Amino acid sequence: MIENRPILNMVSHAVLIFGVIIVALPIWITFVASTHDPVRMTQAPIPMLPGGYFWENFKQTLFGGGLSGTESAPVWRMLINSLMMALMISFGKIAISLLSAFAIVYFKFPFRMGFFWLIFITLMLPVEVRILPTFEVVADLGMLNSYWGLSIPLIASATATFMFRQVFLTIPDEMLESARIDGAGPLRFFWDILIPLSRTNIAALFVILFIYGWNQYLWPLLITTETDMTTIVMSIKQMLEAAEQSPQWNIIMMTALLAMIPPVFVVVAMQRLFVQGLTETDK
Amino acid sequence: MLKRVHFPTSLLPYLLVAPQVIITLVFFVWPASQAVYQSFLIEDAFGISTEFVWFENFTYLAGDEQYLGSFGRTIFFSVCVAVLSMSAALVLAGFADRIVRGATTYRTLLIWPYAVAPVLAGALWVFMFNPTLGIFPYILEFVGVDWNHYLNGSQAMALVVFAAAWKQIAYNFLFYLAAMQSIPRSLIEAAAIDGAGPIRRFWDHIFPLVSPTTFFLLVINAVYAFFDTFGIIHAVTQGGPANATTILVYKVYNDGFVGLDLGGSAAQSVILMVLVIAMTVVQFRYVERKVEY
Repeated sequence: MIENRPILNMVSHAVLIFGVIIVALPIWITFVASTHDPVRMTQAPIPMLPGGYFWENFKQTLFGGGLSGTESAPVWRMLINSLMMALMISFGKIAISLLSAFAIVYFKFPFRMGFFWLIFITLMLPVEVRILPTFEVVADLGMLNSYWGLSIPLIASATATFMFRQVFLTIPDEMLESARIDGAGPLRFFWDILIPLSRTNIAALFVILFIYGWNQYLWPLLITTETDMTTIVMSIKQMLEAAEQSPQWNIIMMTALLAMIPPVFVVVAMQRLFVQGLTETDK
Repeated sequence: MLKRVHFPTSLLPYLLVAPQVIITLVFFVWPASQAVYQSFLIEDAFGISTEFVWFENFTYLAGDEQYLGSFGRTIFFSVCVAVLSMSAALVLAGFADRIVRGATTYRTLLIWPYAVAPVLAGALWVFMFNPTLGIFPYILEFVGVDWNHYLNGSQAMALVVFAAAWKQIAYNFLFYLAAMQSIPRSLIEAAAIDGAGPIRRFWDHIFPLVSPTTFFLLVINAVYAFFDTFGIIHAVTQGGPANATTILVYKVYNDGFVGLDLGGSAAQSVILMVLVIAMTVVQFRYVERKVEY
């Protein structure tokens, strides 16, 4: 505290509270919409205070057929698909990045830098700019409508490899020397020393990657054609389209709520790791 | 880069990099080179014959008003999103930095929109601005604004900008707050002793000192607006009305998957790749020469 300015302090709190309200408003409206019956949700203006239909909508959304009059998988099934995709992407990315960073930092072998640059270029090409040819590759490999097709094309990651490379470079050389004197081979060293030492980094990265995986949209949209494989995030779009004929906003907004709860929970519950992961992967 | 002490050459390192390299080759390098190759081809509507046409797809794009319009719109969109979300985040972080107690609570309450998927952000905003039901058109009617983003192009653009900026505030806030909290207190105290008030201190000391963060965030926000906002556009406007919100990423998807113009879509992909690479290089050059306080 540099100086005591009570009025300015109050203004600061007021501005911040105003900011929090602006940021939270869309979620509040979503929550309110998910607690009313469908009839109420067709009358303008829509309510701003919660109603009493939360559990009914919750049950109908999660276990019922979702929107009436549309063909779609039950929402619990979509949640499982999303969870599978998010977990496969995050574990896959972490595993292959750990291995390749270990090889690049701790081994001297021909084409080492060549491999490094090959991995580096993936950083530059988000899936959105090369969707059509990537889609063709996945189709040729017969991976459409599978968890493999949903996750594997997204798990090559230069950012994670870079991050682990940085982490490994900060580990003192004496670690390796003493491990070798004690007779540990490369894999033993990797498993018993490197992995435990980079535990928090792995956790921080996991938080970021889980959100990344859960929120994938364009990719699942392209490669899942069977309703059984739809993810919760992409189902929102189909519901919005259906809403033009029969607006059941209570169900749509309940689905949206269910779709955002897992990643939001991860961010809020693991805030410290989230902040660490965000600053480490981007800087 | 390489450890001074390292393991001897063997087959092992190749096995270790193999998964990453194979996935990179199959799902990145091969599709990207296919995109480059296809961008030199023109395929007839039935996919029977293809013709190698060198740069015709690109010269066509260079003269295509729809494409150039989409380019301009993407830049306009990115600038709006970056300015809106960064200035909001800067103001909030500036006040949060002043506060002695409770800054972490505010941080918790402000960062979670980061976790909301773009398409969901789009769904929330399209619901709030639904012309017949939404709460905002209802309020706007009292001030005489007739809101219908299904018909009015600039209103549609405003809506996608709001949704995209809303989602990005969290990220910008986090980085601004971290940057401000890393400024040495003694510096700000010295300014206060010299008689600089809070506003003066903010503009003359804090803002210039966080300028590296501002630059970093500009690049990140541009990349976000260019590539990560597909879900918002797809959910809110589908590029309409009358292409008013068709940004480049949406056009690649639309021309390729809906319009089935493979060559044209591939040429657009190649242009986007060049743009991404340029942005990444800018970002990395900046990271290399990190500004020290």
